[in-house]
Amino acid sequence: MSRWLLLAPVFVVGLLIVVFAVGLRLDPSRVPSPLIDQPAPAFSLPSLRSADQLVTSEQLRGQVTIVNVFASWCVPCRLEHPLWMEWAESSDVPVIGLNYKDAPRDALSWLARHGDPYAAIASDRTGDVGIDWGVYGVPETFVIDATGRIRHKHIGPLDPTSMAREFRPIVEQLQQEPGS
Amino acid sequence: MMRVLISAFLLVSSIAWAAPEGLSAEDMDRYHDLLEELRCLVCQNQNLAESNASLANDLKRQVEDMIRAGQTDEQIKTYLQARYGDFVLYRPPFKPSTWVLWVSPFVVLVLVLLIAWLTLRRRRAADTPAASIDRDALKRLLDNE
Repeated sequence: MSRWLLLAPVFVVGLLIVVFAVGLRLDPSRVPSPLIDQPAPAFSLPSLRSADQLVTSEQLRGQVTIVNVFASWCVPCRLEHPLWMEWAESSDVPVIGLNYKDAPRDALSWLARHGDPYAAIASDRTGDVGIDWGVYGVPETFVIDATGRIRHKHIGPLDPTSMAREFRPIVEQLQQEPGS
Repeated sequence: MMRVLISAFLLVSSIAWAAPEGLSAEDMDRYHDLLEELRCLVCQNQNLAESNASLANDLKRQVEDMIRAGQTDEQIKTYLQARYGDFVLYRPPFKPSTWVLWVSPFVVLVLVLLIAWLTLRRRRAADTPAASIDRDALKRLLDNE
């Protein structure tokens, strides 16, 4: 009994080490999305480039697509923007922009200054579509498979490493799936 | 003076966002209860009522609209849960992924009680009458101090 009790502190410290080793590596600001593997929430929004045209969730079917939530007021968006410029040149997977809670004029001049990598841009001025998509921090990036389901979500700006090691392989793997 | 300042400050901070107008007293109570129970995703240790983040204000408006549309508390919570996950609820549902969260406090309590009981029992068994005190020796020691 007493020998067992002597070991108790060692056991408790060991347990704490495990708890902290795991817990401190988790990032509490990354909330797992319940939308993974769910059909992309439907939307129909005016196009940023020409307000009389619509960008709809129907455009997310038939091939793998990327939905990138961005805004001209979003500073980290500028960080990842060159990666999307590069993506548009090197990949045939289209990036649909969701311009989140932004004035169209600001967004257009932001794109004029930094380049426009988007195949289409939906203008979500009120942020209602953002709520439907569970957006809580811009930039956010979704990967949609050919059947229109959300398969991956990246919260916050992508950097060259996460783009090359995590994001691009996921997209390429989805392209291999039948139907894409 | 201080009291006036503080109450003025509290008044200003409480009207920093537009409170819903035209809700019945009962709906207003529901509105406030819901805001207390829903987490702000941006500033994660605040609920919607406390938070002034832009997203929190949007979600408040969403809750208000849904109450106006006659939706139940359950429907409103399910709506937000479907988009932001269990994390948005300050009282997450009891299901396999949250078992640890709900059960661990009780497991710890039982463990602590068990250890306390074992320790007390052992101590009582080992209890021997205290050695009789040599009052003269004690007095000498205290005087020396």
